[in-house]
Amino acid sequence: MSRMPDGKPLLEVEGISVRFGAVHALSQVSLDVRRGEVLAIIGPNGAGKTTLLNVISGFYHPHEGRILFEGRDRTRLRAPDVAALGFARTFQNVALFRGMTVLDNVMTGRLLRMRGSFLWEALYWGPARRQELEHRAFVERIIDFLEIQAIRKTVAGRLPYGLQKRVELARALAAEPTLLLLDEPMAGMNVEEKEDMCRFILNVNDEFGTTIALIEHDMSVVMDISDRVAVLDYGRKIAEGPPDVVRNDPAVIHAYLGVAHE
Amino acid sequence: MEIIRAVLVAPFADMRANPAFLAEVLIGGIAAGLMYSLVALGFVLIFKASGVFNFAQGALVLFSALTLVGLMERGVPVWLALGLTMAIMVALAFAIERVVLRPLVNQEYIILFMATIGLNFFLEGFGEMVWGANVKKLDVGIPDTSFAVRGVLVNRLELTAAVTAGVLVTVLAVFFQRTRIGRALRAVADDHEAALSIGIPLKTIWVVVWSVSGLVALAAGVMWGAKSGVQFSLSLIALKALPVLILGGFTSVPGAIAGGLIIGVGEKLGEVYWGPLVGGAIENWFAYVLALAFLIFRPQGLFGEKIIERV
Repeated sequence: MSRMPDGKPLLEVEGISVRFGAVHALSQVSLDVRRGEVLAIIGPNGAGKTTLLNVISGFYHPHEGRILFEGRDRTRLRAPDVAALGFARTFQNVALFRGMTVLDNVMTGRLLRMRGSFLWEALYWGPARRQELEHRAFVERIIDFLEIQAIRKTVAGRLPYGLQKRVELARALAAEPTLLLLDEPMAGMNVEEKEDMCRFILNVNDEFGTTIALIEHDMSVVMDISDRVAVLDYGRKIAEGPPDVVRNDPAVIHAYLGVAHE
Repeated sequence: MEIIRAVLVAPFADMRANPAFLAEVLIGGIAAGLMYSLVALGFVLIFKASGVFNFAQGALVLFSALTLVGLMERGVPVWLALGLTMAIMVALAFAIERVVLRPLVNQEYIILFMATIGLNFFLEGFGEMVWGANVKKLDVGIPDTSFAVRGVLVNRLELTAAVTAGVLVTVLAVFFQRTRIGRALRAVADDHEAALSIGIPLKTIWVVVWSVSGLVALAAGVMWGAKSGVQFSLSLIALKALPVLILGGFTSVPGAIAGGLIIGVGEKLGEVYWGPLVGGAIENWFAYVLALAFLIFRPQGLFGEKIIERV
């Protein structure tokens, strides 16, 4: 496989624990994300998947453990600074800028790539205008790539759920991320939409070489598109490896099917 | 019959009989309206970016005007004083972010709202402590006199104020709609989490909106101050901005402009042509009655977002 990872970890999560009061959302979770791979993090409801993603993207800070990105410790960085390192993410419940058009949503995703002085922007003149046009061209490519040309000018809040998820992916891609974090990208979609989303995820990984870590509740959809799978249950990692191995792991089967102990 | 005639026919006959006078009334209304818009704009900016109704906007107007006049009284030339006041308003924005907003992050909006009430009293008191409480004359070098265009009298000061307000409002509208920072402001208003995830630092955004609101307040303070003197009542024009906001919608820059113009023109026309019927003073309540009607029939305003709550 051409997109097989080269084995060097891009992101290292070491012994992360997160507590909310007495609830142990994550206990001693360690996980590597390798450069160029598609990693799926799966697990039943309440396993701590979203918490893990929130820790990685800087929304929560762990009570213990470290996070290394490209070998450097960045455990304590906040969300906007994490984004500046080259992380982009989507949200489980779709967090779009609902009052803005699709095009503006995607342009906003490009924010960190843009520079400009306040004064020029206030006048919308000179460099500010030139920059706006350059970035607009890139954003149009992303829009073509995800096949959402037809809804460019539609206000995001009015779109059906499946398309909102796609716009959210477009916004994340506009930042040209090194690591793309997707929180249940296929939740609430019909079969056709799920197939489209799978195709987009694979294409992003292939064409841009973006490393992708995605969370999914439904095990079957991710088996085909991921290079490796990690399984969380009750805040602990119970398995990690290639899809075929994980699929047949007794602990995973137990977690998903709730088979009784003998 | 007599009453219906007096209300529905006679005023329009008056308008037709003397179009030059009608034009003067309209111009006066537009000038006043743009100045209301300017005050309303300060509210809209902060409301858009943080969902907070900034009770202290009127105090910002008063404080900026007091600072400007205070500096000029101490012999600072007008342009330098203007620059210094702008710098002070930006510094104030930094201070507000650090002292008021940052400790209250993630609190309920009502708590932030109450914090702005506190800020309001602080600014009023602080401004008067530093610069004194007596009424001050603000002379920006534009005479309060009129000239005639085809028989229509136009006031120089009002014209300057209207043009300045118009330019400012247009620049802000374009800025919000088309640029990187403008988009970031709207993004923060729409969804804090998503904004953070794409690298928008809330702190910076708050400083920017409070700075811009402070500068808009300064513009409003200069214009109202030049017209009617710099005094405590300047902070009360915030009350006139409320109906403008209800008409235009709390989140809309174009709405603030349209709302201001409708109220400005409406109250002038009402005062001049219908005022004599009820013994005058229509100007004082027109805006509020109109706002009340809007609250009943179109609560989201002309351009505001319709908020649909699902239960």
